[in-house]
Amino acid sequence: MNFLNNYIFYIGAFSLIFIGLYIVLVKKNLIKVIIGLNILDTGIYLFLISLGYITEGTAPIFSKYSLKAENMVDPVPQALVLTAIVIGVAILALAVTLAIKLYEHYGTLDLRKIKEQKW
Amino acid sequence: MRKLIGILLLAIIAGGIVLSLKEIPFGIPKTKIGQHFIQKGIEETGSSNIVTSVVVGYRGFDTLGEITVLFTAAIGLGAVFGTYRKRKADIKAEPPSLIVDTGCRFLFPVILLVGAYIFFHGHITPGGGFQGGAIIASAFLLMYLGCMGKRIKDNTSKVIEVLGGVTFVGLGIIGLLIGKEFLFNFLPKGEPGTLLSAGIIPIIYIAIGLKVGSELSGIIDNLITKSQ
Repeated sequence: MNFLNNYIFYIGAFSLIFIGLYIVLVKKNLIKVIIGLNILDTGIYLFLISLGYITEGTAPIFSKYSLKAENMVDPVPQALVLTAIVIGVAILALAVTLAIKLYEHYGTLDLRKIKEQKW
Repeated sequence: MRKLIGILLLAIIAGGIVLSLKEIPFGIPKTKIGQHFIQKGIEETGSSNIVTSVVVGYRGFDTLGEITVLFTAAIGLGAVFGTYRKRKADIKAEPPSLIVDTGCRFLFPVILLVGAYIFFHGHITPGGGFQGGAIIASAFLLMYLGCMGKRIKDNTSKVIEVLGGVTFVGLGIIGLLIGKEFLFNFLPKGEPGTLLSAGIIPIIYIAIGLKVGSELSGIIDNLITKSQ
């Protein structure tokens, strides 16, 4: 139990990352690959946030002066993830756009049937 | 076969990660720099939200790079759809019912207001330019889904986007002009916890909010109107 208490966030984050990687490696439909990349993204956000977590910590915002600086979680991973989420959305939109164009050109989203793609 | 190779590869990677992750403890402070930001951030930048002071203050140059990535993604999306030809007949969608239409008209300004609140108060409460911009884009998504036929003006969103970027870079260059570093906080810091505090941080975050909001709205506009 102690092990689970200590590492449950890492286990969750890496489960998401490996589910995403597995989808990217195995699935043949391009939309599913993009969804896999997005799940992988989510796992990385969770991993970064849990790296900065401090047991019983509060958010690093001095909304009241009574809050103590010792109890606050690390703000740096949060700042990184904050921008990464918005960029993730933009990259997802770009990937979906390319998938739409591929479908218009080849008439299929199956990666095995797209001839110029070697794999 | 493919599945087996995939699982085998992932098992190898997982083994390596478990070995290295055992050395990283959970729940204790790990970086000195994070502790420094928490202890000194409020007096060095005047922003009571430490995450904001990291995003816009300490790592402002990095944030400039990140909104450039966002800008490039939006431009790339526009370029890929640029070869769009109008189909013989645009798909005629059924007009929304009265309830959907009225609800959308009622909610649209409220969502815009919430988004603006979140990026105006980014330095004192949870939130900021990126979150507020995403909320504003969600208002435009609601407009596209609910009020059929309405769309944003292309040029207006481009002008707002460019103004946001120019404000960010311009404030950075003013810091160089007065003899300090890029993005130097030259305005008075004020009292932490009030709206007019933290110098240039709220101005930059408002610029980021407008830029992110108009960029994500532009992405939604491109995806909905040009991919039918």
